Formats: sequence, structure tokens, C-alpha cells
Amino acid sequence: MDTAALLIIEVLNGIASLALACAGLAIIFGMMRVINFAHGEFMMLGAYTTVVCTKTLGINIWVSMLIISPIVVGIIGVIVERTFIRFFYGRMIDTLIATWGLSLLLIGIVTAIFGNIIEGVSAPMGSFEVGVYNVAQYRMVLIGIVILLFIGVFLVLTRTKLGLIARGTMQNPAQASVLGISTQRVYMVTFAVGAGLTGLAGGLLAPISQVIPTAGAAYVAQTFITVITGGTGAVTGTLVASGVFGTVRQLLSYEFTPVLGGVGLLIVAVVMLRLLPQGITGKIFRRSL
Amino acid sequence: MTVLGVNLRSWETLGTALVGLVMLVLLFAGPHIFDLFLLFKVTLFVAMAILALSMGFIWGYGGILCFGQSAFYGLGAYTYAIAVGNIGESTGPFFLAIIVPAAFAALLGYFMFYGRLSDVYLAVVTLAVTLILYNFMRSTAGEEYVIGAQRLMGFNGISSIQPINWPGDGNALFFPDEIFHLAMGCLILCYFGLKLLNRSHFGRVAVAIRENELRAELLGYDVRLHKLQTFTIGGGMAGLAGCLGVNFNSFVNPDVFALNFAAEIIMWTLIGGLGTLVGPMIGCIGLLMLKFEIGQQQITNTYLIFGGIIMVFVLAVPAGLLPTARMLAERILPGAGFGGPGGGGRQEAAR
Amino acid sequence: MTDSATNGVPILETHGLTMRFGGVVAVDDVDFSMDEGELRCLIGPNGAGKSTFFKCLTHQYKASAGRVRFRGADITGSHTYQIARRGIGIKTQVPSVFDGLSVHENIWVAARRHHGRREANRIVDEILERLRLDHLASRVVGQLAHGERQRVELGTVLTGEPELILLDEPTAGMTHEEVNQTTDLILEINKTTSMIVVEHDMQFIKSIAKRVTVFHQGAILIEDTMANLEKNQQVRDIYLGKQHPA
Repeated sequence: MDTAALLIIEVLNGIASLALACAGLAIIFGMMRVINFAHGEFMMLGAYTTVVCTKTLGINIWVSMLIISPIVVGIIGVIVERTFIRFFYGRMIDTLIATWGLSLLLIGIVTAIFGNIIEGVSAPMGSFEVGVYNVAQYRMVLIGIVILLFIGVFLVLTRTKLGLIARGTMQNPAQASVLGISTQRVYMVTFAVGAGLTGLAGGLLAPISQVIPTAGAAYVAQTFITVITGGTGAVTGTLVASGVFGTVRQLLSYEFTPVLGGVGLLIVAVVMLRLLPQGITGKIFRRSL
Repeated sequence: MTVLGVNLRSWETLGTALVGLVMLVLLFAGPHIFDLFLLFKVTLFVAMAILALSMGFIWGYGGILCFGQSAFYGLGAYTYAIAVGNIGESTGPFFLAIIVPAAFAALLGYFMFYGRLSDVYLAVVTLAVTLILYNFMRSTAGEEYVIGAQRLMGFNGISSIQPINWPGDGNALFFPDEIFHLAMGCLILCYFGLKLLNRSHFGRVAVAIRENELRAELLGYDVRLHKLQTFTIGGGMAGLAGCLGVNFNSFVNPDVFALNFAAEIIMWTLIGGLGTLVGPMIGCIGLLMLKFEIGQQQITNTYLIFGGIIMVFVLAVPAGLLPTARMLAERILPGAGFGGPGGGGRQEAAR
Repeated sequence: MTDSATNGVPILETHGLTMRFGGVVAVDDVDFSMDEGELRCLIGPNGAGKSTFFKCLTHQYKASAGRVRFRGADITGSHTYQIARRGIGIKTQVPSVFDGLSVHENIWVAARRHHGRREANRIVDEILERLRLDHLASRVVGQLAHGERQRVELGTVLTGEPELILLDEPTAGMTHEEVNQTTDLILEINKTTSMIVVEHDMQFIKSIAKRVTVFHQGAILIEDTMANLEKNQQVRDIYLGKQHPA
């Protein structure tokens, strides 16, 4: 009974962290079709922001994670978009190499400033007991935050004028500009929001992961695989894919080893794409977001 | 005027001849002009250039964006290491290192192309497969992971791999200069083999499929089978590169399956120029030299320099080196027939 | 429909051919039949299901139900390329050509599928001349005008010497003169090949049509000669009347 409860928490937590890591990419790649190979480095920047704010500046950890990290990375996103990324819109493959360079540069800059090692932050709040097991409260809170986050993103995209303009522009930029929308600005704002969400993910995951300059590499592959398997419906697809992959990874990790969990995730991705060659939302939820 | 289906009038042919000449000169002069350390390095570059060629072929001509070309390289490397560790005579292992990756590519290709996977979806599946191999190989440190007499060694990698020997004589091991000759010879064969292939019916159909799958199919070409063949050839060639790569330092570890390496191959191709054969080779050697160069300087931060150079490059030369050079040449000498980016000599008629 | 051809077997028949997209029935239980050597025109308003019908015939879409027979053989489940090899050529609505290749290469790739190298070269020259494309031979197809691309596509189809050619709006984007040339070309091709032509240009249809099938809302409304159809009030109402109020 206790084991079952713990397992459910583990699985939910696995899904939540994966979905969280993917959220920004779902916007930047899923909606904008910009292959951001520096996605992991954006997360790393978010993590560093949180660490520096709490450790060096003594700011409250919640404020650092939830507010400062997304804002800082969002601003970095705007700078990068204006000075670099915008030259590559519509050239998906070139973006790959451009953002690859960017990812190396960001690792380089962070290493130059902070060195190879930085003292991490520990998770806020204590733990509670499930039978004989101890579960960190932070992990539970994380699940709640991710749920709220996705509801929020979904509502913004579907119910607000801003979301509508963004979706319209991504689907048909020419038409949008005819209607008097500044597509350049929409792209900038959307990219910034995506970067901000990525920063938020980095901040929130900082207490439960290793914070080093090259930490991003661990996320790039699995987030891209998740978002692409999700298909064209960026938000729903990512959520469903995270659900499936998170479950598989966590159960296998629990039953066998984390390595096997990772392998299981990849195998399920390969099989799912074989069965649904356009991704999950390409076939099942065709008209969804 | 044509010889072996090659149009002698075109500049393209002149370029090919020039590349061939450079490679031939290197083949014979290499061991004399390079010291031993450099010779090792050049041998590795040559092996990598074969890998770059395989990527340039399947992506630039076949239109297949494989994010896991390194998987076949790694399989070739591991196949050779394991086979030579068991057999001790390298002729069989050498060919196995081509056959096994090719067979694996055929299997994976069958799974993908007959399931109508394409674009980013194909890229992600190939990447996932590569990472599966990475995770698997890293976890094989235990003694139970052994094939015949050869342990897989997990993340430590297999070291002291026996180099290639003269066929039939397991004791007549190749010296470094002989390994260099072999690698260079393979590169020349691969380059001209692909050149001929691209001018053949098969190669033209591959390009046609890249341009428009539906039309190719409506004309009666079995697109799935054709892509599968292209992919398999690329897989075998990458495997060969892997076999030569382990001969460079008698060592292989699971990093050949890592994300970084997989991405780098794509970058070589893009930097050199998609849709050409020389481009990926230039991109590969250029990037590798840059990496070595930066690594040798006592700069603390290689990431910063390397990343910065790539960002500036992609802004300045977005089409890749070779197509940009062609465009410039075309501007200086209009109508000279330098060929466009992506067709391998579109200007000339297909005969 | 039951007019006897030389051997009595229709070159193409469909039985209950149906294509559904979600709730929309694009092709609805179509029983179609045509004889060898025929030049059949398909007309009908936009969205009547003509192009979808073509796509089902060539298996670009997998039909939801029904069967397709070509010269008596069931080709319903065959792959697109197998259907092409059996001898059905198609010119699609939006020209489907190899945009990055030259005109010559486009037609060569098509011709080489059926012939050896030498023969293919000969056929390419012949086709280039026949379709008046010789002066464009080395041009990249992606840079050509719409009408020229149409001709290139037709050229690739002709090299296979198919027994049945499906033409989806062959005159779209062509100048008046080009339309006239295409008319002559189609009539000439029809001497040796059966054809189905989808068109909106009524003048063009009148100049080539013998027998016409009218599609409406995914189903065959009526099949008759052009002269009779022009008198048919129902047809005039749903199609001719609206587009040609004269």
C-alpha cells in the first residue's frame, strides 16, 4: 500500500519534471518551429539564476525560482532573439546549427563567470511520511505547479487575444501581417515567453538536479523527443507524451535501473512514432492545440 | 564528350578531378610529410571524412535527415573491436564492421521508411536509437557483458584493440603509415564511388525522391525501397569509418553514441554545404582542426571560442562553404556551369 | 457504360468507391466505368470530389470502402508505385514535379524507369520536342511558369507510355494559345491512350469531350454526351448555370 502510494507519487513527479522541462520547447519548437538546440542551456541559465539569487544575494528561494529565473531567462531570450535567432526564421535546419553555436557559447560564458562547479541549493520545505518512506514536500508542490502552469499556458493560448494572435501568426504569418499584426513583435514575445518558461523550469528543477554549466545536455534530447512525439498540437501533445514517457521511465527506473528507465523512454518513443508517424496529435487529437 | 558518364566540359568535373588529385597526393606523400603524431591525427580526420561523406550522401542527395549517423560509426567501431578481439585476424572483422552497421541500417530503415516516417520524426527516431545504444553501452561495465572473448567494458571503453593486419597473416600488423594508406584509399574509393553513384540512375532517382516523393512514386518508383537502399549504403560507409577510426588509437568508448557526436556530424554537413560531397568533408576536417587547435591553445574556455566562431560563421556563410564558393564563382564567371547547391551539377543534362 | 470495347473488359471500373475524412464523405459510393480508348471528362463544382477520386484511384488516399479494377485486375490495395507500373499515369492538380532538377532531368528520371540509358535519352529528346520544351531543357523546373511546369509534368507522365492517363486540370494557368496546343496534344495522345480529364474550362471540355461524367457532392450525378448535358436543367442548375450564366 505504502509502496503503491510512493510509486504513484514517483510517477506523477516524473511526468511533472518532464512536462516542465518541455514546456518552453513546446512553445519555441512546437509552435514557432524554431529548433532551439540551446534549450538545455536556457534551463541551465534558469538554474544558475536561482542558485545565485538564493546563495549569493540571499533572496527567498521561491521568489528566485518562480519570478526571477523566468524573467532573467526571458530577457536573455529577447536579446538572443533580436540579435541572432530572428535571422533564421523559416530556415529550420540552419537554426539547428545556429543554436548549437549558441548553446556552446552559453556554456562558455557561464563557465567563464562561475567556473566549473557551483554550490547548489537544497529543496525548500521538509518531507512527509508515506508509511515507512519519506517524501520531500517540494516534489508534491512541483506537481501542483506544473499542473497550474499547463492550465495557464493553455488558457492564455486559447482564451486571450494575445494567445490567439500568437497562434494565428505562427500558422500564417503573411495573413497576420496583412491584418496589421507586427509579426516580428509576435515572434519576439512568443520566443521570450518560451525562454521564460524554460528558465522557470530550470529554476524549479535546480534544487533537485545537478547545477553545472553542461547540465543542459541532459535535457536536450529527451525534451525534443517528447515534444516531437507529441506532434503538432504543442501543448496537449507535449502533455500526453510526457505522461506516457514519464510513466514508463519512472516505472522502469523503480523496477530495474534508471538506465533502463531512460532506454525504455526512448524505445517507447521510437515505437510510438512508428505507429503514429505524425506524432500523437497528428493523428488522434487532430484539431487540438 | 563523355567518359564513364562524366561530362568533361563541366567545371564540376574539374573540381572532382582536383579533389581526386589532392587525395592521391596525400595518399602517397602523407607519411613523408607528416610526423607520426600528425599522421595519427590525419588518419582520424580521414576516417571522419568518410563518415561525413556518408552523411552528405544520405542527407544531401537522399534527403534523409538522420540524426544518428554516428550510431553506424559506433557500431562499426564496436563490431571491429569485438570481432578482432575474438578472431585475432582482421580481414573478417574489417568486413563485418561494414556489414553489421549496414544490416542494422537496413533493419532500422525498413522500420522507418515502410512506416512512412520522415522529417523531424525520422530525425528523432534515429537520435533515440543512438541514445539507446549510448545508454546500453555505458551500462555494460560488468563482467557478464561479454561477447565471445571480448568484454564490452561499459563506459570505460575497449582499449588496446588490435590494429588491422595484412589479410591472412594475423601477426603482420599494419604500421601507422599503412593504416593511413588504407584509410586514405578507402576515402578515395568512397568519394569516387559516390560520385559515380550520384551520376547513375540510382543516384538521380535518389535526388528526384528528395525533390518530390509523390512524383517519384507516381512515376512508378518504390520510394520506400529506394530510401532504404540509400540509407543502407550510408550505414555501411559510416561503419567503415568507425572501423578505421578505432585503428587510429586502438580505442573505442560509448561516447561515439553520445548526442554531441551525433550533432557534430550534422554540423559538418551544414557547414561544408548540403547537397555536395566535398562540402561535408571540408566541414568535417575544418571543424575538427578548429577543435584541436582551440584545445591546444592554453585557453581556459574552449566552449566560448568554439560557440562564438560557429555563430559568426552561420550568420556570414548561411548556405555552407562550398555552395557559397560556387555562388561567388558563378558571379565572377557567369554561365561557367559550377552547378547549384544540391543537385550535383544541375546545369548539365542527365546523360 | 456498357458499350462494348474491343475485348469487352472496361479499362477502369470502380465499385462503391468511398472516401471519408472524419465526418465528411468526399467520394460517395462511386460506380465508375470506362472503356478502352475512351476520353472521358469529369466535371463538377469545386469540392465535388473529382481530385479525391483521382487520389483514390492512384492510392494516394486509401479508400474507405469500395474496389478499383484496372483492365479487370483488382488494384484496390496496390501501392501508388505499383499502380503506376501497371500503366496508370497521373498529372496532379498542383503540378507535381522535381523542382530542383532541370526539365531534362525531370523527364530523364521518368523515362529511365522504363528504358535503358540509350533508349531513355532518345525518348527524352522526343518528348521535349513533342511538348515544345526543348528550349527549356536545361532550366531548373522550379523557376518556370505554371503552364510550363504543367507541360513538364505531362512530359514525365508520357514517358512511361501509360495505358490510362488521369489529367487533373491540365490547362490551369495556361495562356489561350497554350490551351489550344494542349487540346491538340490531348486529342493526339488519346489516339493511343485512354484518358480521364478533370477540367473547369467549359470551352476546353467542349472541344475535347465525347462522354462526360458529372460529379456532385462526391457522387456521380449523371453521365452523358456534352450536347445532352448542356440541355439538362439539373446539371445547368448545379454547375453550368452558376458558372456560365449565358
